[in-house]
Amino acid sequence: MRRLIKGGGAQVSWLLSAMVTTVCLSAALALSGGRSRAYTAYSLAVHKTAAIPAFARKYGLACSACHTAWPELNAFGQRFRDNGYQLMNDRDSPIWLNPSYIPVTFRITPNWHRESATKQPVDAIPGTPGVVPTTVTQSGFDLSGMDLWTAGTLYKNISFVLLPSSDNTGAFHFEAAFVRFDNLWNSHWVNFKAGKFELDNLVSEKRFLFLSGNGGAYQAYHFGPVTDSLGFTNFGLGDNQIGAELSGHSENSYTRYGVAVLSNTDGAVGLPASQSYDTYLTFSHAIDAGALGVERLGAYAYIGRRPTYFQTSGGTPIPGTGLGSKSFYQVGVAGDFFFGDLEFLPLFLHANDNAYLATSTPGNVALPAGARDAKWNAAFLEAHYYVNPQLVFTGRYETVRMSQQADPALPSDLGNIDAYSGGVRWYPIMFSRAGLSWHTEVSAVRTRGSAFSPTDGVWTSSVFSGLDFDF
Amino acid sequence: MRPKTPVVAWVSGVVVLLWAVGARPCVAQESHIGTLTGHAAAGKKVYRRYCVLCHGADGDGTGENAMWIDPKPRDFTLAVFKCRSTPSGTLPTDQDLFEAMSRGFLTTNMPPWLPLTRQNRADAVAYIKTFSPKWRTLKAGTPITIPPEPAAAIESILRGRGLFQKMECWKCHGPLGHGDGQSAKTLTDNKDNPIPPYNFSTGSRFKCGETNRDLYRIFMTGLDGTPMPSFGDDLKPGDAWDLVHFLRTLQPLDTPEAALWRAWLASHASDLKPIGPPGGGR
Repeated sequence: MRRLIKGGGAQVSWLLSAMVTTVCLSAALALSGGRSRAYTAYSLAVHKTAAIPAFARKYGLACSACHTAWPELNAFGQRFRDNGYQLMNDRDSPIWLNPSYIPVTFRITPNWHRESATKQPVDAIPGTPGVVPTTVTQSGFDLSGMDLWTAGTLYKNISFVLLPSSDNTGAFHFEAAFVRFDNLWNSHWVNFKAGKFELDNLVSEKRFLFLSGNGGAYQAYHFGPVTDSLGFTNFGLGDNQIGAELSGHSENSYTRYGVAVLSNTDGAVGLPASQSYDTYLTFSHAIDAGALGVERLGAYAYIGRRPTYFQTSGGTPIPGTGLGSKSFYQVGVAGDFFFGDLEFLPLFLHANDNAYLATSTPGNVALPAGARDAKWNAAFLEAHYYVNPQLVFTGRYETVRMSQQADPALPSDLGNIDAYSGGVRWYPIMFSRAGLSWHTEVSAVRTRGSAFSPTDGVWTSSVFSGLDFDF
Repeated sequence: MRPKTPVVAWVSGVVVLLWAVGARPCVAQESHIGTLTGHAAAGKKVYRRYCVLCHGADGDGTGENAMWIDPKPRDFTLAVFKCRSTPSGTLPTDQDLFEAMSRGFLTTNMPPWLPLTRQNRADAVAYIKTFSPKWRTLKAGTPITIPPEPAAAIESILRGRGLFQKMECWKCHGPLGHGDGQSAKTLTDNKDNPIPPYNFSTGSRFKCGETNRDLYRIFMTGLDGTPMPSFGDDLKPGDAWDLVHFLRTLQPLDTPEAALWRAWLASHASDLKPIGPPGGGR
């Protein structure tokens, strides 16, 4: 319910926020032709995290020591992260820091981009009602959002992350903030953290190599059925969540697990939803494949509940009092496979939304006739080719297929998505103190269904070229 | 038939020329770790990704970050290595380098590179060996023999304590093993950089391992390039194990040696002569 009850706190501001958000969401959905929420809800700014020269400065390592190509982690970086941002060489405690060292990193991407969408409802004569399907195109120089990272150790085996992040207008929120207790009882199998953090996804949207409006989010991670027009199931697997996590790993981090209990707010602060919790489980195991690299396979499950209506005061919903909670789940398998300098990241997931959520129906009223759970499958295959640590080519194909519409009368393929992305990242500067990448990317997404016909195919495309730097 | 002498002369000349310009024979381009064979060509990619910022493109320990690092990164062009299974002054085995890379070095910026595949690490070892001509002209030393460890006993610990005094270990490591001996502040490595002696009170691991066998190996081979000498010529194996047992009592660990030591101290503390210079020990 983040978009509906964003802001929490005073009811007036909540109501205002809800009205504005609902209007924006409706407009966005209309503009996108009823496509998945992914495109409309996630701007470029959201997807920039997790490359921290502050760590490289602390330890004197190159970006490439921890990242295949920043921000994506390699096996060494994964172990570093799993140990609570510690190299485990007894130089991790803050007492080893140079007093002049400041563990802060900035990241932002000045860019030029072009966005285009076909079959959009546009007035035939500007200012005069009467829409016709038209291609809408925008282009120009722009900014991404900004990340202001600070992370490290408070003490040996006590770590922290604080990430104030802004959108490209400068409006800040806390993208991540947590404290982590590492190696409890001298075991790397027992680590605990609490706060707002990145889910332990094997294929992380917070660390991937795509930035464009279309390619800069995994469609699979943010998809929702078009019948959930008010976004009752507000959840994105790529979003940071608030809660607590128990995790562990083998000494080399080849085997890893995580169990998280999360507020059911999709990371929104202020207790806006209800008093139930989500659960996230993940496990992965890697093998040493010699010259090929480290090959990892993992699985996850996310089980959650969302309220469908609220207690009210004078007819106004009261934040945090959600009622009529209904369930949804996602289960998936993912891999990270290396063939020398070629990396493949496949993922398959199956998702299910309860009929109430899938049709945005409050739990205290009857379901529409024939309504049922919405089910879908999604998959992607992403490939990276590392020419060297400073040059990487990327490509990705994604597909989302509805397997059961909540409304049986709708076409079975309404909302289906096919997405194609490709790009190149060149890092002319990759020192331990700063990084600069020239990022160029093209992406196209076809969604089934427009404002005019549920059988239309709507294409949206992005062209993006930017200077992605952190310091 | 024409005589073959000109051909031989030409071939010899080319070989000499190649050697002079730095071409390296195949023997230095490989490492052998058990059944694994590491290749320098592949190791170069590993090195450039993970190692170059400290150890430098030429392996001379002058990477971009070297000036910020203490202790300084290893200079591979000298082919002098601390952690070896081989006698002092000899080259380490490939296995020694592989294990050092996997283990990392405590209280330095060198982390454990355990997450890299074994092949990656073997390749990196092969590449590291291309930085010094010693690997082309010398063979690695023969690993020392480590006899089976006798059971720890209070007598062994007390003998080890006596050796700690007699061999003047306390001069650097301090009477209590805290790395604060009277010479501690004057120590330098082979590149004249200050280097502190090991502080036994800081934990369970050493730079070159963590087991009793590792500890035995450390002072029987010495740490080349540091003031820590080899005691291989001075200590008999039994003496060395005695010293190991005593050194374990200096660590903040619940080892069998520490338990024996505590039990004995409870009733014999007044019998002990202090460690350190005559009249001034602790």
